[in-house]
Amino acid sequence: MKRFEGLEKLTGRTLFIDDLPLENCLWGATVRSPAARGTIRQVRVPNHLEGSGLVLVDHRDLPGPNVVSLITDDWPILAAETVRHRYEPVMLVAAESRAAARRAAAQIEVVVDPLPAALDFRQTPTAEQIQVGDDNVLKQLKIERGEVDEALAAAPIVVEGEYETGAQEHVYLEPQGMAAWLDGEVVVVHGSLQCPYYVESALTRALDLPAERVRVIQAATGGGFGGKEDFPSIVAIHAALLAIKAQRPIKLIYDRGEDMAATTKRHPAWIRHRTGLSEEGQILAHDIEVVLDGGAYVTLSPVVLSRGMIHAAGPYACDHVRIRGRAMMTNSVPFGAFRGFGAPQTLFAIERHMDVIAKQIGVDPVKLRRLNLLTDGQATATGQVIDDGTDRQQVLSRALDLSRFTYKRSQHTAFNAEHAYLRRGIGLACFFHGAGFTGSGERAMKSLLHVAGLADGRVEVLSASTEIGQGTTTIFTQIAADQLRLDPEQILIAQPDTWRVPDNGPTVASRTTMVVGRLIERACDNLRERVGLDAAATGTELQAALVAWHEEHPDEELLGSARYQQPPGIEWDDETYRGDAYSAYGWATYVAEVEVDLRTYTARVIDFVAVQEIGKVLNETLARGQIQGGVVQGIGWALLEECRWQEGGMANHQLTNYIIPTSDDVPSIRVAFLENPYPHGGQGAKGIGELPLDGPAPAIFNAVAAATGVDPRVLPLVPERLMELIEQ
Amino acid sequence: MIEVTFTLNGSPTTVQVDDTERLLDTLRDRLALPGTKEGCGEGECGSCTVYVDGLPANACLIPTFQVKGRGVETVESLDPARLAPLHESGATQCGACTPGVALTALWILDQPELLKTHSLRELMAGNLCRCTGYNGIIEGIRKGLTEQAAREGRD
Repeated sequence: MKRFEGLEKLTGRTLFIDDLPLENCLWGATVRSPAARGTIRQVRVPNHLEGSGLVLVDHRDLPGPNVVSLITDDWPILAAETVRHRYEPVMLVAAESRAAARRAAAQIEVVVDPLPAALDFRQTPTAEQIQVGDDNVLKQLKIERGEVDEALAAAPIVVEGEYETGAQEHVYLEPQGMAAWLDGEVVVVHGSLQCPYYVESALTRALDLPAERVRVIQAATGGGFGGKEDFPSIVAIHAALLAIKAQRPIKLIYDRGEDMAATTKRHPAWIRHRTGLSEEGQILAHDIEVVLDGGAYVTLSPVVLSRGMIHAAGPYACDHVRIRGRAMMTNSVPFGAFRGFGAPQTLFAIERHMDVIAKQIGVDPVKLRRLNLLTDGQATATGQVIDDGTDRQQVLSRALDLSRFTYKRSQHTAFNAEHAYLRRGIGLACFFHGAGFTGSGERAMKSLLHVAGLADGRVEVLSASTEIGQGTTTIFTQIAADQLRLDPEQILIAQPDTWRVPDNGPTVASRTTMVVGRLIERACDNLRERVGLDAAATGTELQAALVAWHEEHPDEELLGSARYQQPPGIEWDDETYRGDAYSAYGWATYVAEVEVDLRTYTARVIDFVAVQEIGKVLNETLARGQIQGGVVQGIGWALLEECRWQEGGMANHQLTNYIIPTSDDVPSIRVAFLENPYPHGGQGAKGIGELPLDGPAPAIFNAVAAATGVDPRVLPLVPERLMELIEQ
Repeated sequence: MIEVTFTLNGSPTTVQVDDTERLLDTLRDRLALPGTKEGCGEGECGSCTVYVDGLPANACLIPTFQVKGRGVETVESLDPARLAPLHESGATQCGACTPGVALTALWILDQPELLKTHSLRELMAGNLCRCTGYNGIIEGIRKGLTEQAAREGRD
C-alpha cells in the first residue's frame, strides 16, 4: 500500500499548525534566560511596552504547580527565582502579529546574578557547582551478573577503552508549534506533538483543571524523532497560559533558531570499557561505565540511561557483566528523548571497542564478532535468555555478502597504495535494539485501543498513536483492512484527539507497529465478535452486520476494544535490573565504506549496507524509508553534526553552521531485511524506528580506522578532529 | 507599504506589502498559500522553494518587491499526476520538506539536460530532508525521468 497521505503531502495540501488559520488570534513569543545559572534579579519590561496592549505571563500566572513532570517534579514551566540553563523560559508575551511578539520579547531583559555553572558532565562538580543532591547525579543504575572482578582477574587479556559521543539536534523540518484557545470552559490545544496524553496530563496539572476541561488535538506533525515527545508539553502550557490571560486564541510557533537553542537534544555520553578476553577473543567479562549528560533537569534521562546501559554490552554472550551508569546534571538545555534513546551512544562504544580489541589482539574483526554473537539459549547483560529463532550469524553474513566486505578490503589496500591523498576503508557494526518500553513499562501502561464500527459500514481506528512521518496512518489502515478483510478505503484513522481516542501510550520506543498494531488486530476481532461474527466472516458480511447493528441501536456507539496483554514468559525486576528487558529485539549488521581525503581531513561514506531482522516487514517502502532515514541521521551524528557549546548554550543554533546531511553528502543506502515473524507483534512485526540510528556511527568509525590507521574514539568525527588524529 | 504586481501561479496578482517583507510571508500570510513552508528562514533547507521565472529559489531569502513583474509559482500549481512516481518511491514521510522537494524534483524532470553536467544528488542538495535519507526522493525522480523518456519515445 502506498503512503495514505502521500499525495496530500507532495502537493502541499497537508496543513501543519503554522499553516492553519486561527481567527482573531494573538501571537506568542518567549523571553529566555541569558545565563547558564543564576538568580533572577529582575525582569525589565521597557516602559513603552507596558500598557501597549501586550499580554505578559510569568510563573505567577500558573494556576497549578510550576512543573512538567516526566519522571521527577523538577522541570519548571517558567523560571521563578533561579535559572539553570541558557534559553530557559522566563516570561511569555503575546501581541497582534508574530513580528510584534518577537520584537517585544527581544526588548525584555532578564537580569541574572550569575552562580557557578556545572558545564562539563565528565568532571566531578566543585562544591559551588552542586545543585542536585550532594553530587549533581540525577540517576544512578547498575546491572550486574556473574563474578566480574574474578573473571577479569583470571582473563588472559584485558582491553580497555574510552569513548565519547556529542549532543545531536533533532532538526525535524517543522519546528515546534502550538495553538491554544478557550472553548467555553475548556482549554483546547492543537499542535505539533508525538504524545497527546503526555501533553494532556501536563496541562491538567499546570492549569489545575480536570481532564474534561482540557482537550489536546494533534495537528499534522512534520517530524519528531523523540523531540516532540517531551518538549511539546512546555510549548502547550505556554500557549494555554497566554490564551487564558489574553482570553484570545494564541499561536506560539518557534522559528528554527529558537527551536535549536531551547529544545531538548540527544544526551552526550562518555563510556569506558574494560573487557576480559581469552587468547582467541572470546569475551569473558565486561566492566562498563556509562556517564550521560542529563542537562539542567531530569526529563527522561533515567530511562535513556537505562536503555543505554541495557544495550551497552552489545549483542554478545558473556556470563560476567557489570554495567554502572549515571546521568549528571549540568547547566545546559535538558537532554531528552531522541530516536535510539541512549542505545546509539552505548552501541557506538561497544562496536568501536570490538574493533579496538580485534586490532590489539590480532584477530579479524569479523571473526571476533562471529565468535561472540549471541546464539539462542544464551543470555544478555540483564540475564534475558534469547530464544527467538533468529540466526544472527546469517544477518552478519548477508551484510558481508551485500557489501562484498572481504573483496573491498583487499581492493582498498591497492587503492590506498596508488593514491597520494585518498584513503578508503570498510567497517562494520553488529547490534540489536529492544522494541517497546523497557521492562515492565508496557504492562504498567495498560494501553487501550478501540475500533468503531460505523453506521455506513466503515470502520474507524481510535488510537492516540500519531503520524509523524513514519507511516502510522498507512500501517494502521493496512492492519485493520487485512484483519477485517475490508478494502483500505473502508478504514478511517481518527486524528489523535484526547476527547475522541483512548490512551494507547505514547508514540515512542519503536512500539507503534509492534505493540499498538497488535492491539488493532485484537480490537478488530472484538468488533467482529460484538456483531456476532467469527473470524471466517468476509468483509461484506461484516459491513452488512455493522449497518444492521446500527439500525437496531440508533445513536449508539459500536466499539471493538483491546487492552495490552504481556506476552507469556516475560519477567522483569525493576529493583535489580534483571530479567527480560524487552519482549523482542531487532538484530542488525551495518557496513560502511568510507573515503578520507587527507588534504581536507573529510571522511565521506561512499557505500552503506544495512541488513536487519525485524520480524515481518509490513510495508516494504515504509520500512526501507525508516531504515534509510535513520541511517542518514546516524551518518550526520557520526561525521557532521556538532553542537558547539558556549556558556551552556548551543552557539551554532542554525542550519548554516549545524550541518545535517544533504542528498550529496550520503550514498544510496542499501537495505535488506531478514524476516522472522514475531508472534506477539502486529502482523508479526517488531519495532524498527530506532534500530537504524545505532549502527552507522561505529561502522563509519571502524571504516575510518581501517582507511587511515588512526584510532577515532570521539564523535562527531568532524574534519578538525580527524586532522588532529592524522597529524599526531 | 508598497504595491507589487506579479504573476502568481499563472494569474496576475497585486498585493500591498511591507518594504522588507519576505516573499515567503507574502505567499503564506497575505495570499493564503500555506503550501510553501518555513524550515529555517535562512536559505539552508529549501522547504520554502518556489519557482521565480521558472527557476527554483528560496522564498525566505527574496524580498517581495524583487518579484515585481516576474512569474512566481508555488507547490499549489503543481500537477498531482506528475508527482505519482515520488509518491510510489517513498519520497515523502513527514511532509514538511516535501513541497520544496516536489518543486525541485519536477524542475529536474523539466530540465533533464542538467544531468549531463550534474548528478541528481547534487541537484537535490538544496533541499534538506530529515526523514527519508534521500533514497526515496532520488528513486522517485529517476522513475519520473524513465517514464517521461518512455512517453517521449512513444510520441
